[in-house]
Amino acid sequence: MSETLALEVRNITKRFPGVLANDRVNFTLHKGEIHSLLGENGAGKSTLMNIIYGLYSPDEGEFFIDGQRVEIKNPHDAITRGIGMVHQHFMLVPVFTVAENIILGSEVTRGFTLDMTRARKEIRALSQEYGLEVDPDAVVEDLPVGIQQRVEIVKALYRQAKILVLDEPTAVLTPQEAEDLFRIMRHLTERGVSIIFISHKLKEVLEISDRITVMRRGKVVGTTTPAETDESGLAAMMVGRQVVLQVEKGPAHPAEPVFAVRDLRVLDERKLEAVRGVSFQVHAGEILGIAGVQGNGQTELAEAITGLRRVEGGAITVDGAPVPDRDPRFLFERGMGHIPEDRQKHGLVLPYPVADNLALVAYYKPPFADGIQRNDAAIMENAVRLIDEYDIRTPGPLVPAGNLSGGNQQKVIVARELSRHPRFLLANQPTRGLDVGSIEYIHKQMVAARDNGAAVLLISAELDEVMSLADRIAVIFHGQIVAVVKPGEVTKEQLGLMMAGTPAEEVL
Amino acid sequence: MQTTLESPPAWKVYLSRWGWGLGTALVLLVLVLWNYAQNPTSTEAVLASTVRQSTPLVLGALCGLWGERAAVINIGIEGQMLLAAFIGFLVNVWTGNLFLAVVAGVLTGAVLGALLAFMSVTLKIDQIIGGTVINILALGLTGYFYQQGLTTHGKLQAIPLGALAKIPLIGPVFFDNPPITYLTILLVFFSHYLLFYTRWGLRTRAVGEHPRAADTLGVDVYLMRYANVIFGGAIAGLAGAFLTLEAVGSFERAMTNGRGFVALAVMIFGKWTPLGSWGAALLFGFATAMQTQLQFAGLNIPHQFIGMLPYLLTIIVLAGFVGRARPPAADGVPYEKE
Ligand SMILES: Nc1ncnc2c1ncn2[C@@H]1O[C@H](COP(=O)(O)OP(=O)(O)OP(=O)(O)O)[C@@H](O)[C@H]1O
Ligand SMILES: [Mg+2]
Repeated sequence: MSETLALEVRNITKRFPGVLANDRVNFTLHKGEIHSLLGENGAGKSTLMNIIYGLYSPDEGEFFIDGQRVEIKNPHDAITRGIGMVHQHFMLVPVFTVAENIILGSEVTRGFTLDMTRARKEIRALSQEYGLEVDPDAVVEDLPVGIQQRVEIVKALYRQAKILVLDEPTAVLTPQEAEDLFRIMRHLTERGVSIIFISHKLKEVLEISDRITVMRRGKVVGTTTPAETDESGLAAMMVGRQVVLQVEKGPAHPAEPVFAVRDLRVLDERKLEAVRGVSFQVHAGEILGIAGVQGNGQTELAEAITGLRRVEGGAITVDGAPVPDRDPRFLFERGMGHIPEDRQKHGLVLPYPVADNLALVAYYKPPFADGIQRNDAAIMENAVRLIDEYDIRTPGPLVPAGNLSGGNQQKVIVARELSRHPRFLLANQPTRGLDVGSIEYIHKQMVAARDNGAAVLLISAELDEVMSLADRIAVIFHGQIVAVVKPGEVTKEQLGLMMAGTPAEEVL
Repeated sequence: MQTTLESPPAWKVYLSRWGWGLGTALVLLVLVLWNYAQNPTSTEAVLASTVRQSTPLVLGALCGLWGERAAVINIGIEGQMLLAAFIGFLVNVWTGNLFLAVVAGVLTGAVLGALLAFMSVTLKIDQIIGGTVINILALGLTGYFYQQGLTTHGKLQAIPLGALAKIPLIGPVFFDNPPITYLTILLVFFSHYLLFYTRWGLRTRAVGEHPRAADTLGVDVYLMRYANVIFGGAIAGLAGAFLTLEAVGSFERAMTNGRGFVALAVMIFGKWTPLGSWGAALLFGFATAMQTQLQFAGLNIPHQFIGMLPYLLTIIVLAGFVGRARPPAADGVPYEKE
């Protein structure tokens, strides 16, 4: 049996201050299989992968590769043993070209000079062999995330990885990009690469895996196969209870319009018009979903609304009053809540404690401020309450937010914004990277906010999420709203077609 | 729907990055040529002085940029230069061997570089404080041990490079210099090559931009930072040696006179690149040279004002004209492994 195992780890234990992140974990990977790793946010999946990749050193445990016991003390060891990893947060140097990123650490040289010509040739050959198209001379920061991810995979293949770890690769991908990735993954396994795949999307896990292992609170709960289980079975295994995968909500009772944009025009980084004359209203007591494939102006729209990006034309109004350009505090003062798209960049101050992050929006007002002083007692009290209420998995309120797992970082933001009972909530990809249990909870909270009379604007690339949560759906394509529909009146396929640019008249 | 990204043509990017600097250079060149036609000797003198003045600045800037490219901010350049100038001078006094003296200066800089690396990479002390420690240390040590009346056995002399030195205008300015000045020009091009065309440079830049990414590829972040800061320190040491062993021939208290800080401005103006820094250093050197020239010109301006010229230029340059210079993304941030 052991000669069919590409990788085996035994009894891996890893403690962080206050957390037992991995508790005697055993895990095996067969040659040429896709083995999915599932688990709640903070279950210890990334930790286990970082240990296998040599980034973290385990307190206890052994590694076996091709049946041989090996030491993996640092990434260099892992790379030489044929392990490659695509991290949850990409490990690319933004200002480098694709080629520079790929060869870094395994450079080809002629004399002392980097041999970029040869590197380019090798990269092109790899791209062709595996069907992973990348332009070696493009600068990484100019590339969409889907392509950046391809660069990460090519990076691993360039080092002749035989074992590939993909940590939540689909969290930031559009459905098409995800399909592309699956095609690539299958192609890789045919060539003898073994893949560990981490995802919170149960559907894709069932679709792509040969085996599935579930972790909970640092321990392996069990291993199963897609044939033996289904979505709700997996969800129950992960969370330890039954999870409602459908959103339960009653009909909306829309009241007066709270928030409106009229003929809004916004430019992107390259000074091209990204939002091209968008108008809509969000009423109190309804959820308006903006459905669209990433990169069709949603990011710019959200940034313009929150005052982070200049408005070129048109107007934004709240309760009928115009919103001044680039004044983020104006809307916050009028009761806006904002769940930003990029949690690490716009949602959190990573080195600050969780407690401070939970008080970040209203820190200058009572109860968090006491004149010009912080009211530490109030900040702590708020933190303790929210950590409990929103089930944020953290060793304590004073731990830096950056130490939390990706999903728990997201929960910190959601807790902060929803606990302020916003009158208008802008939720941009609110459940990206969250486990099913947390998604269930956050969806419930958003519906509750709606029922309490909040106007909710939901921007999401997840068709399922928009379909089940929104009361009205506006489809955005190329910076324009191409259709406004009710979720009951369209199918997912119709919605998908409109998102891809097929005119609404042809679809409906 | 993925919008394809058209990046602007390379020459446009280049021009938007360097247009301002190149424009200034062009204007100065025209002025210089025009002046040369009228008064060759004084023009040659100003330009030769420009190169001399720019030498410690560009060396300081190279020191700063090797550190910052690996994400270690070095504001201790001033102190590294000063102590190296002093030690180099003492070794010259004791041994009379200029070569040994220069080596001693370079080693002093390297040792101070190692100290800075230890404080900022291993101990993870705030880097500004680490640099300040070095500045104060150097000022204190040199002030305490300085004795008046020490005499030396001369200083490094100019070596004209044969026929090259006879080319009008260019010859006397670039090809009739003492050794450290030549070495500096070589170092500029060497640094450019090392930074942008070698494995070492690629890894250094990676460590300065995204150390974790470099770490995941097996690059030793700490090693890279140590090595680059020490290398930078050695270059600052060479700048110190230049001051006592090539330019002046003797040591005075606090003789670096803020050059270590101007060098940082030069580095920023040069956008953290060796060639850019060289251009910026020449501009600052020119301002300093002009200042001397103007004082002789008998203008009716108090010389204190004229003396302000290079520093004024520093402020103006830093305040507005650098354009969008982007420091390495991880600049100044210590690296934590877990
Ligand atoms: N560098 C660190 N320092 C301290 N604690 C950490 C660190 N990294 C992870 N942890 C803790 O270890 C636990 C496991 O985190 P891990 O990132 O492995 O979770 P995960 O399963 O990948 O979750 P997610 O799905 O949200 O990404 C969490 O409680 C987290 O707070
Ligand atoms: Mg994770």
